[in-house]
Amino acid sequence: MNANRTLNVILGIYVALIFAFVFAPIIFSMIFSFNSQRFPTIPLGEFSTEWYAKILADPDVWEAALNSLIVSTCTALIATFLGFCTAYSDFRYNFRFKGPYLALILLPPTIPLIIMALAMLAWFSKIGMSGQLYSVIIAHSVLTAPFAMAVIRLRLNQMDPDLEAAAWNLGGSEWQTMRSVIIPFCKPAIASALFLTAAVSFDEFAVSWFVSGLNKTLPVIILEIVQGNIDPQVNAIGTFVFLISMTLVVLAQVFFASRQLKSIRS
Amino acid sequence: MFSKLSRKLNLFALTWRLPIIIWQFVFFVGPVLFMVAMSFFLVKNYRMTEAFEFVNWSKMMNRGYFWDSYWYTVFIAAVSTVCAMCIAFPAAFALAFRASDSTRRWAIFLLIIPFFTSYLVRTFSWFVILSESGVVNAMLGSIGLGPFTMLNTNFGTLVGYMTLTLPLVVILQTVTMANIDKTLVEAARNLGCSAFRTIWQVIIPLSKTGLIIAAIFCFILSFGDFVAPFYLGGSQEPTLPILILDTTKSGQQWPRAAVVAIMMMLTLFAIAFIGIALAYRKPKGAK
Repeated sequence: MNANRTLNVILGIYVALIFAFVFAPIIFSMIFSFNSQRFPTIPLGEFSTEWYAKILADPDVWEAALNSLIVSTCTALIATFLGFCTAYSDFRYNFRFKGPYLALILLPPTIPLIIMALAMLAWFSKIGMSGQLYSVIIAHSVLTAPFAMAVIRLRLNQMDPDLEAAAWNLGGSEWQTMRSVIIPFCKPAIASALFLTAAVSFDEFAVSWFVSGLNKTLPVIILEIVQGNIDPQVNAIGTFVFLISMTLVVLAQVFFASRQLKSIRS
Repeated sequence: MFSKLSRKLNLFALTWRLPIIIWQFVFFVGPVLFMVAMSFFLVKNYRMTEAFEFVNWSKMMNRGYFWDSYWYTVFIAAVSTVCAMCIAFPAAFALAFRASDSTRRWAIFLLIIPFFTSYLVRTFSWFVILSESGVVNAMLGSIGLGPFTMLNTNFGTLVGYMTLTLPLVVILQTVTMANIDKTLVEAARNLGCSAFRTIWQVIIPLSKTGLIIAAIFCFILSFGDFVAPFYLGGSQEPTLPILILDTTKSGQQWPRAAVVAIMMMLTLFAIAFIGIALAYRKPKGAK
């Protein structure tokens, strides 16, 4: 048994090291954002909010933040709607070409973003929709709808299929049943999907960079600053973006987990 | 589909089925097909004209630098996949078999966090940490080692790839192994199977499908990433994504970028296809 204990300790340390590797860049970026040195090293320089002051005074950053906000909000609404439609179709119906139908929505995330970026850029230029904020919204909806679909589909899995049939038997039309049975049941998953897709959209840079033209989003600003030189403003913007994304993800988790617990209890 | 309308296909059903079909055809299938068509277009005086010529294909396929870049990208993505799978395995093993349910759930929740932090910022952070006078070299220097050059090397690129892929690979491996039947593992141990043999002959075969899917995702992510090889690898040997970037952003040569993109997609299809075939192949002797 002693050997077993030792092994557990070793494995525990190993897992801790993996987590250290995964979180090191996130934590260091936050530390650097409050560090006075332009080129941070050990020992650290003095505490400073210089970089935050700098980004807050930059109108480009504010404009990009507004763009990001618009893009992620609209993306979340469209992607969640599309995801809900697909999840419900998959849950309720069996039809010919269901495989290709599902592939149509689930495939985009398996294609590298740089390829999607090129394809979207070329296509939007062709049909005269490139370089606008709505180009980014459309592209992001395609990329994030599968996540919404997955979250909502998982929720529908927990629903008793007889519930819908019962509502019909009691005289509800399909539309009424949708409004007063299915959608209320899916509400936590819908909320969860909204936050999740918003978070993914908020961080995406490759496609945004290609199709946004002059309407830059925050990640595109980060990309451009990084291309120039070492500039700790990136850490400050990054910390902001991180806090916003994390808030969205935690909200998504809270909505999804709380209702799951409730439905297990009841 | 419309020639044989099933009885159930009414307005209600169509409302839920059609939006996504139209949307994905216009904004997903459209772009991808157009990119394929574009690879046959011509560029004259910096303007793209619609045509059906093989000149982009023959130009790219006959260029040494394309194939150098191609094989380098395949190689470095494969190395990344092997590294991620091997580095993740002990951690996933520990989380799947040695950790309590709640610990495992927390670990997975924590590992999801990186997906929602800017990959760019994390890469930039590594850039600063790994540089000649960065944190790692300062720490190594204090015990009399280094400084080591880590940026602009394959090592730098791999650190970037691991940042991108390791959380996902650990999650997928953990979930796969946590779901296998624990009694089979115990039976092997009780029958005197050594720990390593249990892992090799019981655990790995039982979780084969999940492990292969983790490897496929890892390969796709590394193969398609331009950030790590560009910022941490210094793009001395440009990978295919960097080639697409350069051709599109600076040269206006969209058709040639499309050729590279199609070659990448074909490669990924082939790898995913082989992987999935292996993942679902029945073991020898099974009915």
